[in-house]
Amino acid sequence: MNLPPILAALRKHKAGVTLITLQIALTLAIVCNAVFIINSRIDRIQRPTGMNENNLFLLMQQYVGAPTGDDPASIQKLDSMQLTDLATLRNLPDVESVIAINTLPLFNSTWSGGIGLKPDQTNSTTHAADYYSGGDAIRTLGLHLVAGRNFTADEYNHKGFRGHQRPPVVIVTKALADKLFPKGDALGKSIYLDRTTPSTIIGIVARMSAPSVGSWANDWFWNSVLIPTRLDAAFSRYAIRAKPGRMQAAMREAVKALYAANPMRVIQASGGYNDRSIWSFASIRKHAYRADRGMAILMGVICVILLCITGAGIVGLTSFWVGQRRKQIGIRRALGATRHDILRYFQTENLIIAGAGVVLGAILAVGLNLWLMKQFSMDRMSLAYVVVGIIVLLLLGQGAVFAPALRASRVSPVEATRSV
Amino acid sequence: MFAYYLDLALRSLKRNKALTGLMILTIGFGVAASMTTWSVFRAVSGDPIPQKSAELFVPQIDPWGPTARNVDPTQPGDIGPPDALTYEDATALMRDHRASLQSAMYQVGPSVVPTDPAKHPFSVPGEAVFGEFFRMLDVPFKYGTGWSTNSDASRAQVVVISSHLNDQVFGGGDSVGKMLNIEGHDYRVVGVLKHWNPQPRFYDVVNAGTFNSQPDDLFLPFNTAIAMGMTNQGSTNCFQSPKQTGFVGLQHSSCIWIAYMAQLDNASAVRQYKTYLDGFARQRYPDWAPNVRLRGLMAWLDYEHVVPPDTKISLYVALGLLLVCLVNTAGLLLAKFMRRSGEIGVRRALGASRRQIYAQFLIEAGMVGLAGGVLGLALTAFGIAGIGWVLPRDIAALAHLDWSLLLITLGVAIVAAMLAGLYPTLRAAAVQPAWQLKSN
Repeated sequence: MNLPPILAALRKHKAGVTLITLQIALTLAIVCNAVFIINSRIDRIQRPTGMNENNLFLLMQQYVGAPTGDDPASIQKLDSMQLTDLATLRNLPDVESVIAINTLPLFNSTWSGGIGLKPDQTNSTTHAADYYSGGDAIRTLGLHLVAGRNFTADEYNHKGFRGHQRPPVVIVTKALADKLFPKGDALGKSIYLDRTTPSTIIGIVARMSAPSVGSWANDWFWNSVLIPTRLDAAFSRYAIRAKPGRMQAAMREAVKALYAANPMRVIQASGGYNDRSIWSFASIRKHAYRADRGMAILMGVICVILLCITGAGIVGLTSFWVGQRRKQIGIRRALGATRHDILRYFQTENLIIAGAGVVLGAILAVGLNLWLMKQFSMDRMSLAYVVVGIIVLLLLGQGAVFAPALRASRVSPVEATRSV
Repeated sequence: MFAYYLDLALRSLKRNKALTGLMILTIGFGVAASMTTWSVFRAVSGDPIPQKSAELFVPQIDPWGPTARNVDPTQPGDIGPPDALTYEDATALMRDHRASLQSAMYQVGPSVVPTDPAKHPFSVPGEAVFGEFFRMLDVPFKYGTGWSTNSDASRAQVVVISSHLNDQVFGGGDSVGKMLNIEGHDYRVVGVLKHWNPQPRFYDVVNAGTFNSQPDDLFLPFNTAIAMGMTNQGSTNCFQSPKQTGFVGLQHSSCIWIAYMAQLDNASAVRQYKTYLDGFARQRYPDWAPNVRLRGLMAWLDYEHVVPPDTKISLYVALGLLLVCLVNTAGLLLAKFMRRSGEIGVRRALGASRRQIYAQFLIEAGMVGLAGGVLGLALTAFGIAGIGWVLPRDIAALAHLDWSLLLITLGVAIVAAMLAGLYPTLRAAAVQPAWQLKSN
């Protein structure tokens, strides 16, 4: 292909060429970063919780007029109310197992604290989520024990909601164990949840994610501690595993049975996220990642609009150039250029413009990513996004230019003889 | 002349319908994307109490000392005091009463027992506050008023309820004087609010979250709530575990869980209050240099990052899209205008001045903008209706189409199109009449 005539023609349209180059560059920069945002959100959304999420639901309830003190009598009273609830739920035909638990992964309501390796350590080694459950959480939540053992019946206990007792034994996630004991010898070691009392690690589960999906929890999302303690408060939360396929029925039964056992309580069976008290885990997950899913969709819509506009812009501008150069095309055809030559001419011309655009765009894309990293503490974008983006935009350019170029190639040599 | 240019512009736009349509679509989509994301950003970054925000301040006092600073891996680099107060600090500030109006507060979620025994009790979101809260924040009452300082001191069992709760429990109407059963105790209703749900929930962002489409349903005296053992619903942040257990233990601990707001009427009051806070911290925490902050409401909201970063990112990306649309329109207008060099040459030769050429082509660009704006407006309405599908509901609910957004959308579209038309117009006006006439 002969480049000089193309370059000469482009020089005559400096402004138009500059604009379309700039447009391609901006499109590349924005699309790369938007797709990067989409992918990182999808990665977040797809993070497992470590639980078997099917047939699992959470029921929250609040006792009306329950004791608020933390004297042994009040705590005993609250605990017996909670044990009654647990027995009521366990006896339901569609319930497989149930535990009282303070919160669940992705549920947002977060209990967390620093964890140290020595007593009186001022700066904690790492941060972790605390899951308090007086029952077999591994079984009900479907966690995977990868080392050590589960709690035994005599290790389960209970305490007042704001009581101080620390558990002598805990189960931690693999991520937390590795963070605290990088040599992989966490089992049997002691950790400090409160600077004074040691807790021995007796088991390690593969995964259990934090309740919060907020950015503040990003650094310790996989750090969780399972504590074999039932919390006694004026409210309680129950994680319930229904028999396969019976979750809806179990949800209905559970509310009815709890009211039948004790009507002086609050269970809100309907309403928005802040006031409803019964949630399937699927809806907890959906709610937790709503913002991420939304952001991904929004970025996707913007990408589609951008690519359409840029594609259409190329079609429009090339059509215009073809219209303007009909006479020249006719002359070239009359002088022996084939249709194919004309087609190739416009395609090469577009390749040059788009090529310049993507070079500039690659620089802009990286710059935009750096800026987003600084402003919004985003991650560094892999260059693969830019490479794929370049290919997509070059293909888009070739695709967009094809129809007008084809029209150009059909210009008859007779045009050369027409004056206007 | 204007009418003539309009006519010319219309003719020209009609001549190449596909190109015109493309430009209108481009402007329409660009404007709609920016306006939709901007409507969300505007809603979340707005001033929740514009008439008063300059006078409202949030004090912060460091109860933990230097060893606690920087230990929280979740907030690296932040050496300021934590963002809530301990119970003892908050109540001491209330006792000193140095601001013109002030209130300590914490979030509660007690259950309300309906008088009809057939109905189940239900829990309601609320806030335990001091009587000055209502006057300080211009809270609008439908019936009755807040409570007096005496009621605060005497731990009176009084309550102010939202109109929503009033409808739910009493079937609406003036319920002042009626009794409301909260957690098994009777509280006398002293006030019913008009609808009041400022966004963000600026008075207690630490505990109540930032955006919440469900308003607080009841407000009761802080001291009463404490005396009744009504526990806090929001966050509790401890550097050291409380020495005593239970809710009472929390009150005597260095854990932070109380929000605080003070009204300071002028700059000298702010200075005095700052000095007072320094003295207060020095006296209460003699082991370390006073580490206090006194932020104005808007600075406080900024410090608390109430604007979700996603809304900013989407706004910037949408503005990027608008920029691409501008460049695209500029390219298309340039092509269109230059194609008419002959026409321009004739007009110039017949005596049209450069200025008249400017006017003619800018009007044409403006018309593309107007049409794009109308399309953009429709798409923006569509976008705002659909934004609830992609954004968290509490935030999406805040975005709405109003007159100002309508005018701004049209304005942005026209200005954008004319901006895009500026360079093409300059080029068009630079056409040399003689050269054009000769060339054909």
